[in-house]
Amino acid sequence: MSTATDEMTCREFVELVTDLIEGQLAEGKRVEALAHLAECDGCATYLEQIHQTIAGLRRLADVDDFPRNREQALAALRELKRTK
Amino acid sequence: MTDTATRDDAELIAAVRRGDEAAFAGLVDELTAPLTRLALAHVPSRAVADEVVQDTWVGVIRGIDRFEGRSSLRTWIFQILLNNARSRGQREKRTLPFSSLRRHDPEGRDEPAVDADRFQGRRGEYPGHWARPPVEWDSPVERLAGDAAREVMLTAIASLPERQREVLTLRDIQGYSAEEARNALELSETNQRVLLHRARSKVRTALERHFDSEAGR
Repeated sequence: MSTATDEMTCREFVELVTDLIEGQLAEGKRVEALAHLAECDGCATYLEQIHQTIAGLRRLADVDDFPRNREQALAALRELKRTK
Repeated sequence: MTDTATRDDAELIAAVRRGDEAAFAGLVDELTAPLTRLALAHVPSRAVADEVVQDTWVGVIRGIDRFEGRSSLRTWIFQILLNNARSRGQREKRTLPFSSLRRHDPEGRDEPAVDADRFQGRRGEYPGHWARPPVEWDSPVERLAGDAAREVMLTAIASLPERQREVLTLRDIQGYSAEEARNALELSETNQRVLLHRARSKVRTALERHFDSEAGR
């Protein structure tokens, strides 16, 4: 944590996290954000938790299984071809 | 996924117009999972989502002759799905009592990623810095895979504003790239990112509440 008023605050950092992860921060901001991150345990934990959240969300997809609705869709194709 | 129809698209479109079953089946296999997940962002049950997806395929077959390739084939299919899912979702919502209590900003763009009271106020020693910083989660990998965390995530997703739910579904659950999600949902790059940001922040907050309460914090 730093006292200088022109340095990035934690409150600002958490709003830049997605831009940072997505590689969409302008170079100056990116340097500032990384400098903040290097000194702030709270924001390091926050960023880590966002990564963990993304990993957790991705796992929701593994559990879902979508039986192929192929036959039903193909039946519609055949049906409409016949009536065209 | 690109913005306008590609050459591959042109072949696929021609094949579907001819009624080529193999080509159409390939498309169905590729898109069933993302379309169903996206439908589930709007409708309450898997059964209804399946119907919405099936209606979408019927719409694709019916409309393919008139499709002009102003967007990519996949973008066009996603738009059909979204129209079906949104109107179906609206209809289902009318029967739910609390839908009118939803937040005023449907895009949810004005909310902070973290509650303001987690940070020090102007009179704090370090204004804008953490007052209550996040605490590291114990064994996050195992616990995030568990049923309890899964429930927490699903509940958090269900309470997101529509557009946030759509973006999160395609990006983080389905694993689409920013560009693919942007095209499927017809969003600007910035909008896509803002919606994703809000949605992820809220799911993290929900997980934090859950893990903190389990830890007795």
